Amino acid sequence: MSFARTESTEEIKARNKDLIQEVLTVYPEKTAKRRAKHLNVHEAGKADCGVKSNLKSIPGVMTIRGCAYAGSKGVVWGPIKDMIHISHGPVGCGQYSWGSRRNYYAGTTGIDTFVTLQFTSDFQEKDIVFGGDKKLVKLIDELQELFPLNNGITIQSECPIGLIGDDIEAVSKAKSKEYGGKTIVPVRCEGFRGVSQSLGHHIANDAVRDWVFDRLTPEKSRFESTPYDVAIIGDYNIGGDAWSSRILLEEMGLRVIAQWSGDGSLAELEATPKAKLNILHCYRSMNYISRHMEEKFGIPWCEYNFFGPSKIAESLRKIAGYFDDSIKEGAERVIAKYQPLVDAVVAKYRPRLEGKTVMLFVGGLRPRHVIGAYEDLGMEVVGTGYEFGHNDDYQRTAQHYVKDGTLIYDDVNGYEFERFVEKMQPDLVGSGIKEKYVFQKMGVPFRQMHSWDYSGPYHGYDGFPIFARDMDMAINSPVWRKTKAPWKAALEPRLMAAE
Amino acid sequence: MAQNAEHVLDHVELFRGPEYQQMLTNKKKMFENARDPAEVERIREWSKTPEYREKNFAREALTINPAKACQPLGAVFASVGFEGTLPFVHGSQGCVAYYRSHLSRHFKEPSSCVSSSMTEDAAVFGGLNNMTDGLANSYNMYKPKMIAVSTTCMAEVIGDDLNAFIKTSKEKGSVPQDFDVPFAHTPAFVGSHITGYDNALKGILEHFWDGKAGTVPKLERAPNEKINFIGGFDGYTVGNTREIKRIFDLMDVQYTILADNSDVFDTPTDGEFRMYDGGTTLEDAANAVHAKATISAQQWCTEKTLAFIAGHGQEVLAFNHPVGVSATDELLMALSRITGKEIPEALARERGRLVDAIADSSAHIHGKKFAIYGDPDLCYGLAAFLLELGAEPVHVLSSNGNKAWHDKMQALFASSPFGQNCHAYPGRDLWHMRSLLFTEPVDFLIGNTHGKYLERDTGTPLIRIGFPIFDRHHHHRSPLWGYQGGMNVLVKILDKIFDEIDRKTSVAGTDYSFDIIR
Repeated sequence: MSFARTESTEEIKARNKDLIQEVLTVYPEKTAKRRAKHLNVHEAGKADCGVKSNLKSIPGVMTIRGCAYAGSKGVVWGPIKDMIHISHGPVGCGQYSWGSRRNYYAGTTGIDTFVTLQFTSDFQEKDIVFGGDKKLVKLIDELQELFPLNNGITIQSECPIGLIGDDIEAVSKAKSKEYGGKTIVPVRCEGFRGVSQSLGHHIANDAVRDWVFDRLTPEKSRFESTPYDVAIIGDYNIGGDAWSSRILLEEMGLRVIAQWSGDGSLAELEATPKAKLNILHCYRSMNYISRHMEEKFGIPWCEYNFFGPSKIAESLRKIAGYFDDSIKEGAERVIAKYQPLVDAVVAKYRPRLEGKTVMLFVGGLRPRHVIGAYEDLGMEVVGTGYEFGHNDDYQRTAQHYVKDGTLIYDDVNGYEFERFVEKMQPDLVGSGIKEKYVFQKMGVPFRQMHSWDYSGPYHGYDGFPIFARDMDMAINSPVWRKTKAPWKAALEPRLMAAE
Repeated sequence: MAQNAEHVLDHVELFRGPEYQQMLTNKKKMFENARDPAEVERIREWSKTPEYREKNFAREALTINPAKACQPLGAVFASVGFEGTLPFVHGSQGCVAYYRSHLSRHFKEPSSCVSSSMTEDAAVFGGLNNMTDGLANSYNMYKPKMIAVSTTCMAEVIGDDLNAFIKTSKEKGSVPQDFDVPFAHTPAFVGSHITGYDNALKGILEHFWDGKAGTVPKLERAPNEKINFIGGFDGYTVGNTREIKRIFDLMDVQYTILADNSDVFDTPTDGEFRMYDGGTTLEDAANAVHAKATISAQQWCTEKTLAFIAGHGQEVLAFNHPVGVSATDELLMALSRITGKEIPEALARERGRLVDAIADSSAHIHGKKFAIYGDPDLCYGLAAFLLELGAEPVHVLSSNGNKAWHDKMQALFASSPFGQNCHAYPGRDLWHMRSLLFTEPVDFLIGNTHGKYLERDTGTPLIRIGFPIFDRHHHHRSPLWGYQGGMNVLVKILDKIFDEIDRKTSVAGTDYSFDIIR
């Protein structure tokens, strides 16, 4: 039995406010003051969620955030499959980010496709002392020799590169010239830059602008456009998300000329300035390049949300609104085609999930975008927050997604999150691998909402049944009836209800 | 439409369907500027040749798919082996997110660790404020008994001085003056995770034994009968440490496990999250100076730590991941010699059971060729066991192995008729291994999860032993060490051998060799 169903909104608000005050008491005064700005209870009608965001994390707390390198290599550049992405610096960063985001792709790995290889300059002490540029030069030669079918190279800077002052831009230019204008992209995504992975997304977008778009030549524009060309922007094809999205766009009559960046290729990046519309799923990580293409090439962009049937239908219509009647009819045709599937999924899963409460803490777009999918299943999101959101994310959240009284926590740390969940007793927590086992130990069902817990896709109509099944199996798993030994305590009603 | 509410297809099946395959084909043809399939095939074949191997082994700057991680991961792993200890990594924060994820993905457990979250301003002015504020916050929020500090490459490049920073932070009241804050410098550009383990463990012992950074007198060693045991960076720490404790108890040996993280990586699901669980008590860590001897299960994980301990007058002894009959024999006999305790009949019987199992099964392993990769000690332990089984560890590769490791491996090969054509490859990576497997094929590959790419490329069946194991569950709960551990490893190898025979002979229309009795 969750709080949301037994209390009035005013009671929920008061309780959530008390909860925030209670959590803050553990901190030294200075820290409590800083953290207080990031925690709030949402008031309906407000333009944003009333929290500060995109500020430095507090030292010594268990922040869930990553770094700029993770934003660039791990998110934006890493999934581009026919380029080789060098983790330039010590061995660790590349090792830990190896294959961990499940950006699916089709290709011959190690020959013409390279996403699940770990290329690193494996810095040693001498590279720190004497600089790593010479090593980088040699490394690029070795790449060319051993991987002749690579279509380009990026250099993803780890912390020491910026600190020791290596000139990776000069190396990139020189090697590009030597290899006949090959695309070689230096990316200054050192982990200490900015406050989270968010700056890494921005830096990565700027690198596309400067080192791909600014070098487009007529011979690279081998592309014949049509009036229906769109590009998928900000979908990393986790568990195949971009594919279950692309199939819908094609079915409604559009032509997807590029995927950014899951299963993407350099040729697709280069073709994108010919799109008629850029459709943007993860606003946070790729609004920068979308705005740039709007200014420089006059391509409009629109945000969309492919989680859950309500938002999918809304988004398909919104996208179709940029095109002629044939596409608008196409959107209606697609919505109608999948309606029986949607009905069957809701009929099957809604009775098992109705009234269940969820607390979220993820990155990018998910702290808001998945709310609609939960609501389609009769569930309620009672707390949410962003790892690395900015104010514009909280505006979108407030205006389109969260209900009055929702608990909002920006850059929540382990301590706060644990206390909030303990007190609010949601039926499900959706967050990442670092949080997963903490909450499961507490007996709270959990789904990893970065990686779909190794499942997926969750996007599109083909993703919705998987989403519904996964939430059902998490919440209604028989294991949660076993967390308390029968001789120690009676099962809680909340857990009994899951039968 | 492929999708169906009654039988939900996820990625495993969904994208294999005709609609998606057609979509992917179109995407490739129209938009990817993909290479000619014949050219892809030509390069693929070329990449399997001796010529490619030669170029591959000539690499000097490029590392591809290394089997090693960086120092601070090892420091975090060692630190959580102490009671109530919070690892605190001084440097930029993304690193800590990575260590926590990496450990959680292997153990399927929470992994607690904090960062001092240094950013650009700290890069310019140094991270003292981050340390001062960070220690205060950690201390207040997580109520640790000890905070163990290590560094990232960032803090090392700018030259932050941990000793001075911690001292200053204490003066500013971040934590009480007598609160234990041991530290170790763990630059990611030196060594690997095993170096970090060594440095952090040495740092912690040094703190307790040598006067807590000059604040109290150094401990005077008063030798007792206890034995210290160090497991090293070990993906099987849960199973292995418990097995070692069982053996010690059977032998009636008094012992201290140093950096015992077997409980913190194996907490129950019972409604409570235990941020700290088990671990070597701080009192035991201090008193370990008085022990009679220290035994390390992994030589290359504990080189500095053992030298430090030896410097305090103890006998020290290192093994190399003791897997199998002889390695366990040596461990038990050493233990018996040092403590004067007899090896009990119960262990002799366990030994006999392992020998019995080997005798029953060795016909299936004898003469089979293996490739192994992983941490230097694990490689040594597994290779020694294979030789004992009459198998040939043809390629043994360790990205973080050094010259001394190479020489010791070669000496091991030279000691056995089964090791005559076997070679050790220090400082090489899994792309080198790929060339080895194509040009000098073996029957089986032993290594961590990353070996699945090699298995697919080269067709060499992978036996998963190592760290990390992300794509199989719970192997770390079973020991590799001791006679019982040897039994587990033997069964793992045999299962794969039999699975392979079944796979090769499971052909419709033929019934020969698809046996039910083996």
